[in-house]
Amino acid sequence: MMGNSTFGRLAVHFTVLLLVIIWSLPTVGILVSSFRDKAQISSSGWWTAPFRSSRNARHVPTNLTGQKLVDGKWVTEGRIFLEGSQSVVESFASTGKKLESDGTSEAGETAKLRKGISVIVQSDGTYRLESETEITRARDARFVYRANEPPIFTLDNYKRVFTRDGIGQAFLNSAVVTIPATFIPILIAAFAAYALAWMRYPGRALITATIVGLLVVPLQLSLIPLLSLYNDIGNVFGIDAKSYWGIWMAHTGFGLPLAIYLLRNYMAGLPGEIMESARIDGATHFQIFYKIVLPLSLPALASFAIFQFLWVWNDLLVAKVFLGDGETKTVLTSALKDLLGTRGGDWEILATSAFITIIVPLTVFLSLQRYFVRGLLAGSVKGG
Amino acid sequence: MELFGLSQAAWGQIGFASISIVAGIVVCIGYFWGANVILDKALPSDVTGNQLNVHNENRRSAIRPWLFLFPALLFLGLFLFYPLVMTILNSFLDKNSESFVGLNNWAFVFSQAAFWEAVRNNLMWIIVVPAACTFLGLIIAVLADRIWWGTFAKTLIFLPMAISFVGASVIWKFIYEFQSGDTQIGLLNAVVQFFGGDPTSYIDMPFWNNFFLMIILIWIQTGFAMVILSAALRGIPEETIEAATLDGANGFQIFWKIMVPQIMGTVMVVWTTITILVLKVFDIVFTMTDGQWDTQVLANYMFFWLVRGDHDGYSSVVALTIMIAVLPIMIWNIRQASQDKGTG
Repeated sequence: MMGNSTFGRLAVHFTVLLLVIIWSLPTVGILVSSFRDKAQISSSGWWTAPFRSSRNARHVPTNLTGQKLVDGKWVTEGRIFLEGSQSVVESFASTGKKLESDGTSEAGETAKLRKGISVIVQSDGTYRLESETEITRARDARFVYRANEPPIFTLDNYKRVFTRDGIGQAFLNSAVVTIPATFIPILIAAFAAYALAWMRYPGRALITATIVGLLVVPLQLSLIPLLSLYNDIGNVFGIDAKSYWGIWMAHTGFGLPLAIYLLRNYMAGLPGEIMESARIDGATHFQIFYKIVLPLSLPALASFAIFQFLWVWNDLLVAKVFLGDGETKTVLTSALKDLLGTRGGDWEILATSAFITIIVPLTVFLSLQRYFVRGLLAGSVKGG
Repeated sequence: MELFGLSQAAWGQIGFASISIVAGIVVCIGYFWGANVILDKALPSDVTGNQLNVHNENRRSAIRPWLFLFPALLFLGLFLFYPLVMTILNSFLDKNSESFVGLNNWAFVFSQAAFWEAVRNNLMWIIVVPAACTFLGLIIAVLADRIWWGTFAKTLIFLPMAISFVGASVIWKFIYEFQSGDTQIGLLNAVVQFFGGDPTSYIDMPFWNNFFLMIILIWIQTGFAMVILSAALRGIPEETIEAATLDGANGFQIFWKIMVPQIMGTVMVVWTTITILVLKVFDIVFTMTDGQWDTQVLANYMFFWLVRGDHDGYSSVVALTIMIAVLPIMIWNIRQASQDKGTG
């Protein structure tokens, strides 16, 4: 086939490698950015993160109280960078516009600022301001410079979003929504799946067909009637219509068709002889279910649990409609969406929040991939 | 009071969730166990008279399936069936679902340019996304099976499936990021710049921005197509490929004429599954553009009438439009499922 020649084999390796790189780069981008310094994110691409980068910055002297009169001139000495910094000043000027054009001075040269003030900046960031008169306002002595910096990696972004941007609380809210919503449907679905797979009664085929149909019913259809139902219940009992119990129930309802379908397919594939002999020994359906079928179905239960966990954790629509917003309600996806609106260009916040949002499902997914794949195959190849 | 860095309120929330899980599970077990005990007690077998024993046993086995099914049917009825009926009804009622307005809602929604824009965009999504996912998924499945690090490659392609649509949107927004000036921190613009092009803003570029949004879903769903198709490819009997090789068929002929026809059923399943997902696509558009710059889609338009437009009638009409689009696939699925049962 196409991989038999050396060239063909190399082409296969190369094509797959290219696709893998394209698929991974977006996620790597926000991971790297979440550890980068805020200023560096907006001044250089994340792919340059391991290297030194240049950026423009402004300096306003804070040490004007130390002005000294030397040879008829007021002199102030200071430094831009902290002691021991490996940053280097490349050039500087009085304004940003000049720095971008030809009005720039190289490190070691002199630049005229305003009101008779001039400055000499050395490449190590030390500078000397000279003025005819005593400088009274620090902003008269401000200047801009282009610095070449070593890469800065930091955990500050994580500290910040956890404490100040509400991501920590949203993380907790997501967990509170997801964990019960994952576990409550399982038992309900398991009993129904057993009834559909191993019990005989009129209407069984119709119920199975209905569940296959419900698998694809758009969630959108359920929103309005359920929302008004919730509001009515809230009004009658004088409670908040948007509650955790409300969203758990909703996710249980929406997750059930897939749960029942997956489990039914799996249970129907179990060997009938075991159940037959248990029947002959006098076991009831209830006993067969919890003593034989339930333990044997654990892999399928795990598959569904992963599906439901990922779906609920990643959901935005159901959370927005049935839980709404509030400090102890806003889930991660919703918080991230809001940050995108309010913090549009602050990529250190967005990248970090996005990474916190995806890290839990990624971990679950990577560690339980086997069950997830099994569930996917059972859910789509066999039946639908 | 803080414990392990979490506030008292946070611990309260965790406690509430834990108790709720336990309560939920106890209620479930209590119901199933209790219902069975009651059934056995109410219709006992150990009474005198064989006739009654048999009679009771028959009645028990007629009732028991429904005890098993009841909670599931209750939830399905309440959360899917009842809303379906109500949405159809709501589409003929006014803003607050109070008085009957005939076909006015339908007429109004169908007269909106935004609605037809959403229909047009959804059609483009339906054409592009399932085709791209299936095609890319198939290519990767075939190629990755031929190299020693194929499993690793497939895991990486598969990984975005675990990422939320909102998370993926942020990730790709960073790729599409545009800054005025020379420095581009968005990867796409940096690449464009590297090849001598002019950096642009992609998200507010009408028409083409739809495709930049579609890429996000393709990125997420290709892994799904790949996994399913990879399993199907492995199910192809070796002999058919060997026979074709002996007959002198080349790689492409084997792929298109031997392999693809044998997995056509699975390709259809993948295609329809992704089509349904595409019809419901909401989060990506809501997060990236909220339907601005000609990117409206039906699910987002429905959400607009639900929340900001605050009109149940219009919202229901849009929701039903999605349902009508899903209907053919739903019927096909049900027929496939019944056929499988017939043969298996």
